[in-house]
Amino acid sequence: MSWVTKTLNSTLGRKLLMALTGIFLILFLVVHLAGNLQLLIPDNGESFNIYAETMANNPFIRVVSIGNFAFILIHIIYAAVLSRQNKSARPVNYATSKASTNSTWSSRNMGILGTVILIFLIIHLRGFWYEFKFGEMPTAEYGGMIYKDGFKIVSEAFSNILYVVVYVVSMGFLAFHLSHGFASAFQTLGLNHAKYSPLIQKIGTGFSILIPALFALIPIVMYIQSL
Amino acid sequence: MKLTLKVWRQKNNADKGGFVSYPIDGISKDMSFLEMMDVLNEQLTEKGEDPVHFDHDCREGICGMCSLHINGKPHGPQQTTTCQLHMRSFSDGETITIEPWRAKAFPVVKDLVVDRSAFDRIIQAGGYVSVNTGGVPDANEIPIPKKIADEAFDAATCIGCGACVAACKNASAMLFTSAKISQLAMLPQGQVERKDRAEKMIAQMDAEGFGACTNTGACAAECPKGISLTNIARMNREYFTAAVTTENV
Amino acid sequence: MILDSKIPAGPLAEKWTKHKFNMKLVNPANKRKYDVIVVGTGLAGASAAASLAELGYNVKAFCFQDSPRRAHSIAAQGGINAAKNYQNDGDSVFRLFYDTIKGGDYRAREGNVYRLAEVSVNIIDQCVAQGVPFAREYGGLLANRSFGGAQVSRTFYARGQTGQQLLLGAYSALSRQVANGKVKLYPRTEMMDVVKIDGHARGIITRNLITGAIEKHAAHAVLLCTGGYGNVFFLSTNAMGSNVTAAWRAHKRGAYFANPCYTQIHPTCIPVSGDHQSKLTLMSESLRNDGRVWVPSTVEMAEKLRKGQIKANDIPENERDYYLERKYPSFGNLVPRDVASRNAKYVCDEGRGVNETGEAVFLDFRDAIKRDGEDTIRARYGNLFDMYQQITGENPYQVPMMIYPAVHYTMGGLWVDYNLSTTIPGLYALGEANFSDHGANRLGASALMQGLADGYFVIPYTVGDYLAQIGPSPVNADHPEFDKSIQEVNDRIQKLLSIKGSRTVDYFHKKLGKIMWNECGMARTAEGLKQAKADIKALREEFWKDVKVLGENEELNQSLEKAHRVADFLELGELMIDDAFNREESCGGHFREEYQTPEGEALRDDENFAYVAAWKYLGEGQEEELHKEPLEFENVKLTQRSYK
Repeated sequence: MSWVTKTLNSTLGRKLLMALTGIFLILFLVVHLAGNLQLLIPDNGESFNIYAETMANNPFIRVVSIGNFAFILIHIIYAAVLSRQNKSARPVNYATSKASTNSTWSSRNMGILGTVILIFLIIHLRGFWYEFKFGEMPTAEYGGMIYKDGFKIVSEAFSNILYVVVYVVSMGFLAFHLSHGFASAFQTLGLNHAKYSPLIQKIGTGFSILIPALFALIPIVMYIQSL
Repeated sequence: MKLTLKVWRQKNNADKGGFVSYPIDGISKDMSFLEMMDVLNEQLTEKGEDPVHFDHDCREGICGMCSLHINGKPHGPQQTTTCQLHMRSFSDGETITIEPWRAKAFPVVKDLVVDRSAFDRIIQAGGYVSVNTGGVPDANEIPIPKKIADEAFDAATCIGCGACVAACKNASAMLFTSAKISQLAMLPQGQVERKDRAEKMIAQMDAEGFGACTNTGACAAECPKGISLTNIARMNREYFTAAVTTENV
Repeated sequence: MILDSKIPAGPLAEKWTKHKFNMKLVNPANKRKYDVIVVGTGLAGASAAASLAELGYNVKAFCFQDSPRRAHSIAAQGGINAAKNYQNDGDSVFRLFYDTIKGGDYRAREGNVYRLAEVSVNIIDQCVAQGVPFAREYGGLLANRSFGGAQVSRTFYARGQTGQQLLLGAYSALSRQVANGKVKLYPRTEMMDVVKIDGHARGIITRNLITGAIEKHAAHAVLLCTGGYGNVFFLSTNAMGSNVTAAWRAHKRGAYFANPCYTQIHPTCIPVSGDHQSKLTLMSESLRNDGRVWVPSTVEMAEKLRKGQIKANDIPENERDYYLERKYPSFGNLVPRDVASRNAKYVCDEGRGVNETGEAVFLDFRDAIKRDGEDTIRARYGNLFDMYQQITGENPYQVPMMIYPAVHYTMGGLWVDYNLSTTIPGLYALGEANFSDHGANRLGASALMQGLADGYFVIPYTVGDYLAQIGPSPVNADHPEFDKSIQEVNDRIQKLLSIKGSRTVDYFHKKLGKIMWNECGMARTAEGLKQAKADIKALREEFWKDVKVLGENEELNQSLEKAHRVADFLELGELMIDDAFNREESCGGHFREEYQTPEGEALRDDENFAYVAAWKYLGEGQEEELHKEPLEFENVKLTQRSYK
């Protein structure tokens, strides 16, 4: 075994991968949100559709998005590997446990939260990403150029209350996942400092509320607009 | 006080084990938890029943030998060792559930006694400064800033009881391991072997079958000596630095 | 047999240096041909095992706990003395030597004590090199404090957990040798017997506490580092598992037992709260620096207090008796441990005890808090106050603490010569298990010093001298003496299990403890000792007829473990009584009421009792034989201690 595989196969190495991919995915969320918020610009989807097209054709973004999928996969695979390891570390469970007195609920349930987010992700990708890439897309014309009209797909989807509920609830799960994951990633990387850790904690809390809330705002607003 | 004790009984490691309930009366609030267990055992012995086996020794909170998962928490409701827990923390008529530490790396020996020799093996993997007796420099030739010495001391107060493993939902031994790695990483005496130590101790920790850390903080919250999570972050740093910079290929 | 202490000739300060040179050495290539057994892994055992393994010997280390790190050395709070003179306050090796001899009430050997003071400086160097986080000054150098009434600051400390940090240091050195394959560790293993072949110790018999397996281990030398026997009193500050069994089995195989009656009773312990009490907790005696000890002036007032009709704070100043300040105006509350303890007993015997059981005195911080403020007191004693509150449920910032003396340390132990060899060649005793350095009373912060001195710096030389003399021919456990011992151990186990009587082991242990505490505790009389001897004999007979040990040998059986230990305490107790009876004087921790000055202080008889009483076991049911090793003082003048 080389030192790389040895390190990455150790418990700490696996956690390192979780933390690094987690931080990347956090960054991705910001970029993704910035793009999506354009759905709320009252121009009937023009900004959004142009933005989507530009992103799709940018080679750099294409590489990043492949990386993004890889990181999601690594995050999921290592989560599964570590969960199995953790489960096998305690073959017999306690009959009574007062874990709530020593740790937060979300910190103990990252696996469940992550699984729900994964299911959401599948729905999300099937509903939008797959349609954008491989589906029969309506088109729109801005300044003489033809663009895929993603906005239309999205607004149709979000006129369905069920779809909206799934999105909003899922963002709740994401919030809890982030509320632990954000600061936890820094701790795993060894970035713990008397001066900065409290700040990281606060940013983490703010981030875990703000980002999912803004994501959730989009389907809600679009649903209201559809009425 | 009158209590019902729901105690895990297991004849030996091969036995399946299960809970047995014992009513117990006449418990004084001034008794320590282990003295209450002594009363139970005296009564069981008088009745000809095998007394409940549990580990304990100094009974002043420092040797780290006592354990017990009491009412869902390692060392019971207070952040102290079981031997320093007193019955005034319980109320009359209560049912108290008593279980052994649960972890693959801490197999049950009998009843509430578990085998924590995995901790010894982690220390053996590198939890020391390799100096032989004699031939060392004068103690005052190694000045250490007071703050560093104090911080190293805080990490060094770990009593090796295993409450961190017991509390962690993943039965992870990171708080224990990191306390020793931290202590020696902070002190000048520990610098020479610093990187090797981190790699070796963590490899041993993994080999023992402990779980991974998910940063829930349960270990530090339950640690009777208040060992801080900072140590785990420091251990992570030490390990990644070692992995990248040593020439051990 | 004439007891030869083997103290080297020559001036005090040169004895150890000369002796080291005169001792034989084992060729480095031959060291791996020798096996050494170390029983016990406390400060003495862990340091000895690690140091011998570093030299190249093959070491087997045994402890009854689940890990070597649990040994009771870990509970020592105060600190460790060393004659470093870092504080420039006039300390020196000779002063530490002198203080220790005087503190021991002139009942220790000059040669041993001087060596102890001499190597004390190396201990600190060694521990610091291992990474022991001693307290430091802001400049980064080591901090010291004055401890136990010493006039110089020579005590090194690590907050209130010095024993823990030193033990973990020794444990880390031991762990390193386990990793190197030079030490094989046997945790949860209890020594049951010493095996002697042709007069030399050649191995031990052990019981695996998990499986019950009785096993034999051969070696060229056996080191007993098994601590003290304070648990003979049932209630003591010792750990629950601390026992005399290893030392006692060695004694029965021919090792003399010296000064068994020398017991240290520590004045500042948390009082007994009821019959359920399993052990006592000590609080550092530094509390007496600021706390004032008192009881009510009258028995009537004390009675009201005991019945809960009044509270401590209700008692007016003029009805409080600060008896230590009254009797010892110059030392006040800071009199030595034995004096403070005895006086607490006196006032309680008069009926002025302050808790329900009548066995407690107040240690009051009211005036200190008024003078220095609560914050200052919290900074000084916060952890002790918290510990007190945890155990008693009372807040010592608001109500006075209650304290009472408790058995803490035993100065007696296996007789050893200057080389730490017992009267059985090849069998050594280190640390609290031997008798050698503290005389009749141990000074604060000296126990840690002695354990580590023996293990790190004495035994590696002296055991080498012995090994070089006997040669490296292999030893093995096939000798019939091993099987004979195994047979005896098995017989005893079967006997204990087959009695199936009606009383638990603890019942006997508690009864023994009461007898010992009442008659061989803080104050002793010929009359009481005679009665105690008869009582112990009767109790021992009852034990062997009526003890109830459940279960079987082939399992983890804590009742059986305890039964073995208590059976040995029942024999040791009688020897302690004999020794206390024989010593018709008062010295240090041994106070015979018949021998006191008109002011009630200990009255030594240097003419007749300046000797080590070493007892030889002659057989079941026989009185032990007394051997005297005269103590010669060439460098100190014997004086009467006075604290008025």
